[in-house]
Amino acid sequence: MTPIPPGLETLDFRFDGVRTVPAFAPVLVGVVGSGNLEVMLEPDAGAGCAVRVQTSARGFAPIWQAVLDDFHRRHGLSGVRVSINDMGATPAVVSLRLDQAVQELRP
Amino acid sequence: MTQERLISYAECSARERLALLLDPGSFHEWLPPRDRVTSPHLAQLGVPSAFDDGVAVGRAALDGRPVFVAAQEGAFMGGGVGEVHGAKLVGLLRRALRERPAAVLLLLDSGGVRLHEANAGLIAVSEVMRAVLDARDAGIPVIALIGAANGCFGGMGIVARCTDFVVMSDLGRLAMSGPEVIEASHGVEEFDARDRALVWRTSGGKHRWLSGDCDALVEDDAAAFRQAAIAAMAALPASRPVTLDALEAEHALLSNRLALLEGTVADAGGDDALTLWTRLGVADASRIPDLEVADVVSLRPASFGTSQA
Repeated sequence: MTPIPPGLETLDFRFDGVRTVPAFAPVLVGVVGSGNLEVMLEPDAGAGCAVRVQTSARGFAPIWQAVLDDFHRRHGLSGVRVSINDMGATPAVVSLRLDQAVQELRP
Repeated sequence: MTQERLISYAECSARERLALLLDPGSFHEWLPPRDRVTSPHLAQLGVPSAFDDGVAVGRAALDGRPVFVAAQEGAFMGGGVGEVHGAKLVGLLRRALRERPAAVLLLLDSGGVRLHEANAGLIAVSEVMRAVLDARDAGIPVIALIGAANGCFGGMGIVARCTDFVVMSDLGRLAMSGPEVIEASHGVEEFDARDRALVWRTSGGKHRWLSGDCDALVEDDAAAFRQAAIAAMAALPASRPVTLDALEAEHALLSNRLALLEGTVADAGGDDALTLWTRLGVADASRIPDLEVADVVSLRPASFGTSQA
């Protein structure tokens, strides 16, 4: 068995966006609690969508990649920075929170 | 009176409470999540941070009057007060000294000090207490609202009782040691933390109202908290001064309460809250847990005054 190193894992992802979001006020949804996460959306200069995840559940990078691929297929945001603090949320909860954040985007 | 749908204050998040309590769109946040002023300690322990460190602070309007407000998020670290979280509360209260809002509202939802941050958290809580008393000394009323799921315990319980005015719902809880702490230190025979009826009899809003520890008792409804906060501000044109006379009166009240329970442990009723309510003069105290809030409000012993605003 390989030992699991302690501490948080930071994961970075980048997607080429197709839907440029007009200027908006930052959005925060969710709370960092057990099995939950918070998602913040902010305007970002330039094209594309950068995602940074900080999570206490280490070793799930491929799952995050799959969940974020799906998210990007649904919304294809551009000019948006996504920041996530996660405390072991399941993929379904992550997807719902991401969709909730997009719903709250307002100019 | 038309009956509107109640929105449970207990089930709201901190930011939902702010949106429902304050005048719509009036909340201006200081150190918002995008500033990322987060805990310097949690990441070292492998615990994720929150972008607001579990508390939102800012200025707003309530019924058209300028207020400062803080809302703790109990779902993050149990609303625990860490170094940054505490500093945000202290900064809010100190800024109130300069800008003199009509009141400072504290929407509390906390188990007390965030133990992960140890001494930094303990110092932060003591600084919050000092800042509350400084605001009151400057004449600025500080109002605590307690009705969130985590209640208000530990150091934040002390902070709440340092304020001018405490609003509670029947679901709200206010105490120093929480149920699990009492059970861990004194044993399950003394206090069974899983006995929810016992926990609420001992620390819940009805108990605090009947024994004179809170100033208003409301339903678990966001609109009721808003109305109670507006009424509290109307009742407090300035802070109630913390004088030696006021402190001695408080000590006398607590001594009298303790005297009411002397020698009861051997009685059939024991030292349960029911015994205290009976001895305070509440008739047929055993029905209290089943009564509606409006009915309990009228049962408070007259000696505690009629500060229900």
